[in-house]
Amino acid sequence: MLEADIQLRLGKFSLDAAFTVAPGEVLALLGPNGSGKSTTLQALTGLLPLAAGRIVLDGTVLDDPAQRTRVAPEQRPIALMFQSYLLFPHLSALENVAFGLRARGTGKKTARQKAADALARVGLEDQAPKKPGAMSGGQQQRVAMARALVTDPKLLLLDEPLAALDVSTKSDVRRLLRATLRQSSAANILVTHDLLDAVALGDRMIVIQDGQIVQTGTPAAVTARPRSKYVADLTGVNLLRGTGRGTAVDLDGGGELICAGPVTGPTFAVIAPAEVSVHRQEPDGAAGNLWRGPVGDIELMGDRVRVRVEGTPAITAEVAPSAVDELKLDEGGELWASVNPAAVTVYPP
Amino acid sequence: MTKVEQQKQPFNPLLAVLAALAALFFVFPLIGMITGAPWGNVLSVITSKSSLDALQLSLIASLSSTALALLFGFPLAWLLARGQFRGKVLLRGLVTLPMVLPPVVGGIALLLAYGRRGIIGEPMDKAFGISLPFTLAGVIVAESFVAMPFFVITAESGLRSMNRRLEDAARSLGARRLTVFRRVTLPLIWPSLAAGLVLTWARALGEFGATITFAGNLPGKTQTMPLAIYISQSSGKTDEAIALSLILVLVSLVVMIFRRQSSGAGAG
Repeated sequence: MLEADIQLRLGKFSLDAAFTVAPGEVLALLGPNGSGKSTTLQALTGLLPLAAGRIVLDGTVLDDPAQRTRVAPEQRPIALMFQSYLLFPHLSALENVAFGLRARGTGKKTARQKAADALARVGLEDQAPKKPGAMSGGQQQRVAMARALVTDPKLLLLDEPLAALDVSTKSDVRRLLRATLRQSSAANILVTHDLLDAVALGDRMIVIQDGQIVQTGTPAAVTARPRSKYVADLTGVNLLRGTGRGTAVDLDGGGELICAGPVTGPTFAVIAPAEVSVHRQEPDGAAGNLWRGPVGDIELMGDRVRVRVEGTPAITAEVAPSAVDELKLDEGGELWASVNPAAVTVYPP
Repeated sequence: MTKVEQQKQPFNPLLAVLAALAALFFVFPLIGMITGAPWGNVLSVITSKSSLDALQLSLIASLSSTALALLFGFPLAWLLARGQFRGKVLLRGLVTLPMVLPPVVGGIALLLAYGRRGIIGEPMDKAFGISLPFTLAGVIVAESFVAMPFFVITAESGLRSMNRRLEDAARSLGARRLTVFRRVTLPLIWPSLAAGLVLTWARALGEFGATITFAGNLPGKTQTMPLAIYISQSSGKTDEAIALSLILVLVSLVVMIFRRQSSGAGAG
C-alpha cells in the first residue's frame, strides 16, 4: 500500500498531490507535458526530496521532511520502467536484468538464474546474451519489464512505458504488461499521456495539471464526466462550464445552453460532437439550442469529419464526410450549430 | 536509424589532384626517413648508452605525467562536466590554454611559477629545499602542463555525452553511488578515458619546448628523446638523429593503431 502526500517546489513549479495505491492496483497518472507527472515519480523514487507531506510504502516511511526521515533512492523497494527503457548499453540483456539483484546483494549465480527466469517470463530466453543495441524496441521494453519486476518491488513506477513503441508492437507489449501487472502484488503507478494506455491498464485514474490533481476516479467515470479541458480533448467531447439558471446554463465564456432538466449552481456541461448538428441556413422551427459562428478547424477523424464552429460558445460538431461538400465547409463563412437539450449532460464540478 | 543512401560523388579532377598532393605531403617525410636511415648502424646507435638513457627518461616521464593526468585530471574533468559553479567557463579556458599556448611559452610560465625564483618555487625551495628545474620531476611537470589538458577535455566530453539517466536507473535498481560509478559510469565513459590517456601520453612523449625551457637539457637527467634528437641534429650527427627519430615514429604508429582499435570498440 502506497500512501503519498507529495508537496514540493521546483523553481516556479509547485506540485501538491496526495493519493494512495493498493497492492496489485494500477493507478494511471494522466496529464499533459509539464503537469508534474515526472516530478511525482522522482519524488517517489527519492531523486527529489519532499518539501512537505510524506511518502509511506507498506508501513515504511520513505520520506517525511517533518520527521527528517528520508530513505535513499537505492534503499527504496521501488522499480521503474522508463519510456526510453534506459537499459545499460554495455551489458547483455541477462546482465541488465540481473543488475538490480546484484546491486542488492544477491550472489552472482542466483542472480543470473533469477534473471534468466525473468527473461523467459517475458518470452526472451533466447535473447539473454544480446546487448540492448542489437534488439528491437519491443524486445528492449520487455527486457526493461523483466529488469523492473525481477527485484520484487513493492512499488512499480511505469513512466510512459509504451510511448516509444510503434503501433503494431504497442498492443502486444500492452497486453503483456496488463497480464504482468494483474499478477503483481506491487502497487503500480502508470504515468502516461495516452488515454488508451490509461484506460486499458489503469484500475483508477488521476488527472494532474499544473501540479494539482484535477480529477480522480475509474477510467470510465473520468472519461464520462471530464473535469478538465485536457481530458475532454483526449476523449474528444465538448466541455463547457457555467452556472445553472432554471433549465438553462449561463456559460462562463458567454452564451447559454438549454438543458432537459433544471440545473442549479456552478456546473459542467458536456456535449458529444456527434450530437451537434450544423447547417448553412438557419433551420426552421428548431427547438432548443441554436447559435452561429464562423467555420474554424476542419479535421478528419477516421470516417467522420470534425468541424469547429467558432461561435459563443465555440463548439465542435461531427459530420459525415459528404457534409464537407454539401455544406461547402472549405469555403469558410458562417455556420449554424444546433444541439438538442436532451444531449446536454450536466454535472456539478 | 535508417541509413541514408549515399550518392556517389562524381569524379572531380581538381579535388582529386589537391587531395593527392595533400596525401603525398604526409607520405614523403616517412619515405625520406626510411630511405635516409643509416640502416647499417641503427642498432648500435639505438642501443648506445646515451640513447637508452634518453628513451628510458622519456618513457618514465611520459608515463608518469599520464598517470598524474588520470589522478588529477579526472576529478577536474568531473567537476567541469557535472559541477555547477561560477567561473566554470573561465576555469575550462584556463585548463585548456596549454593546448594552444606555444610550449616554449609554457616553459617560461612554468619557470615563473615553479622555478627557483618563481612565486611557488621560491617558497617551496626555501621551506623544503625542493627545486624542480633541471630534475626529472621538472620534466614530468613540464610534460603534465602541456599534455594533461588533452585528457581533461576528452574525459569531460565523455562524461557530458553519457546519458546520466542511466545512473538514475541504476540507483533505482538499488545500486549505491560507488556501484553506479563502477558498473555503469566507468564502463560507459571508458572509451573516452582510454582515448584521452593515449592522446596525453603521445603528447607528453613528444614534448620539447616546455621541457627544454623549464627542465633544461641534461643528458641522463632531463634529456628526453626529442631533446636528444634535436641535439644530435644540431651538432651534425644526422645519422644518430634519424635513428632516434625512427624509435619515436614506431611508437607513434603503435599508438595510432591502438587508438583506432579502442575507439572502434567504443563505438560498437
